[in-house]
Amino acid sequence: MGDAQVLDTTRGLADLHGLWRIRILEEKVRELRLSGEIVGSVHLAIGQEAGPVGVCTELGADDAVFATYRGHGWALARGVPADAMLAELAGRTTGLNGGRGGSAYFTAPRYGFHGENSIVGAGAPIAVGAALAGKYDGSGRIAVTVFGDGALNQGATHEALNFAAAFKLGVVFVCENNLYSELTPIADMVAEPELHKRAAAYGMPGERVDGNDPAAVRDAARRAVERARAGEGPTLLELMTERLVGHYIGDAEQYRPPGEVERAKQAEPIVRLRAALAAAGVTDADLDASESRAREEIEQAAGTALAAPIADGATAKEHIYA
Amino acid sequence: MPEATTTAPAPAALSLKYGEAINAALVRLLTEVPETLLYGEDVAKPGGVFGVTRGLRRRFGDRVFDTPISESAILGSAIGAALMGRRPIVEIMWADFSLVALDQLVNQAANARYVSRGEAPAPIVVRTQQGNAPGACAQHSQSLEALFLHVPGLRVVMPWTAQDGYDALLAAGHSDDPVIVIENRTLYAGEKTEVRIDGSPRPAGWTTVRRPGRDVTVATWGAITARVLAAAERLAADGLEVEVVELTWLNPLDLTAVLDSLGRTGRLAVVHEANVTGGFGAEVLARVAESGVPLSTAPVRIGTPDSRIPAAPSLAEALVPSVDAIAAQLTKLVQEKP
Ligand SMILES: Cc1ncc(C[n+]2csc(CCOP(=O)(O)OP(=O)(O)O)c2C)c(N)n1
Repeated sequence: MGDAQVLDTTRGLADLHGLWRIRILEEKVRELRLSGEIVGSVHLAIGQEAGPVGVCTELGADDAVFATYRGHGWALARGVPADAMLAELAGRTTGLNGGRGGSAYFTAPRYGFHGENSIVGAGAPIAVGAALAGKYDGSGRIAVTVFGDGALNQGATHEALNFAAAFKLGVVFVCENNLYSELTPIADMVAEPELHKRAAAYGMPGERVDGNDPAAVRDAARRAVERARAGEGPTLLELMTERLVGHYIGDAEQYRPPGEVERAKQAEPIVRLRAALAAAGVTDADLDASESRAREEIEQAAGTALAAPIADGATAKEHIYA
Repeated sequence: MPEATTTAPAPAALSLKYGEAINAALVRLLTEVPETLLYGEDVAKPGGVFGVTRGLRRRFGDRVFDTPISESAILGSAIGAALMGRRPIVEIMWADFSLVALDQLVNQAANARYVSRGEAPAPIVVRTQQGNAPGACAQHSQSLEALFLHVPGLRVVMPWTAQDGYDALLAAGHSDDPVIVIENRTLYAGEKTEVRIDGSPRPAGWTTVRRPGRDVTVATWGAITARVLAAAERLAADGLEVEVVELTWLNPLDLTAVLDSLGRTGRLAVVHEANVTGGFGAEVLARVAESGVPLSTAPVRIGTPDSRIPAAPSLAEALVPSVDAIAAQLTKLVQEKP
């Protein structure tokens, strides 16, 4: 940020489109949750779209992404089709997992998306294993594990960081620091709020990144991915971002100080990138087209998803054992 | 009724929801037992994700506090504080999350009294909630009481009514053993009922006959008691009388109440929301069998079939025992030839 670099407008427009796809998907999810087509706990990442957009363009098809319950955007950025994802959330037969996973726990390994996780911190050790396998299977695979600031306080995450560092495994630890762990500010729960500094203690690079700028995220991700591919070991990236919505749909957000969300809206990725592209000479027509293409895709996906039948209870016991 | 006291003019009964009743018990413990500490993720300033601990931070200051998302440290620190004479009540937000810190429960808390020959007990209270609600994911739906009940040294209570919620918390807070209080989040949104909030703590281990009947005894616990009672109500219309025995405490277990009931009915079903295999229902059946009390038909276990729990409501509903399924199985049981 603030760098005098000339904005690559082609790349920037592609990023804007990527941001819009996630934003509109999540707005659709919210709409369907409020109308009752989707039930239960749903965690949106509105405002946090630059992370997945910036990181996923650096990954290959064999690389493995492990996300959390706030993972819709990461799945979409990995290429998971929106209709199958929406069908999953709405408990349809055509859902990615036939309705078994739902919003918080779906998985789409064919797309290099190896699952959301609803247990805070649980994804990190699993990602370590995916990278470990990459050492033996000749795939050159690296693994990305995405988690929140709060997850850095889990024992499992500490163990994963050390394990990956000790064995120089190709893991990119992506911490999306949105300043809150559920309803509690991270600043109240750690003595050192610069979470990336923990990396040094494990013997790996740690970097704090403007997590609302897809280009900045991409640059940092590229360094981490190159390092991982070269067998030099893991990196911890701390993406600074803010969610523009509650922890879950229905969260009254009483814990957020007045004005905070309004301020965050000035710095959110879409507003910023759009302004930067306009300043670099991209026309309104091109900017609008990137949004409307995304909107069309998601509308169509929702139509397809909701047209499918509700998951059949008679199949509920399938897939427990081989 | 307890005798009137000269000091506290608190009303003897309040109209409270389930979660409010638990809040009232926490207020009483924090007031009457100065060693009490209350902590966990989001419990203090936010007042708990279900609002159960609302207002306690303001009222009791730093004896009520929020923690990092660190279940091992929450449980372990509670044990350590208990060893030094505090009375910690900690929240594990979902029972599923206790699994990331099982060492502290199983290897540490449960062993403390035993290996010290009673010199260094770790009386902690762990409040948690479990069960299935529509759209919960597979990691937020499990019924795990049997896991805890397999561990000698841990006590487990699963209150269903607001009164039992109040009484259970109070008993747990005064217990000298580690007690796991398992609530159910589908109960928090329930109706207000009259809750007696004075009187001395009820000794652990109570059981309640929720409905008398002569044809079959159902032993049940937790939120699914509501479905059992609904099934019993329906069957009563067909002239089949189900006696419903709710086991609020699973450890200590009041087996006598079940055996007494079986003396009247001669038939037994257990109903729980947890998976059948290795469920606590198996234990109840085994103890009844060991008791030698004669049954006129083979007993049955009704629970969630041995499955993971899916997110889609249409799938989950097909698994968790419904009122229909419970009624059908009870009918079959009674119609079997003695
Ligand atoms: C082991 C465990 N403990 C607690 C929870 C409840 N919980 C769900 S999300 C959350 C907050 C996580 O915060 P953070 O890691 O910062 O991620 P964010 O939600 O901000 O993306 C908590 C405490 C859980 N799911 N798993």
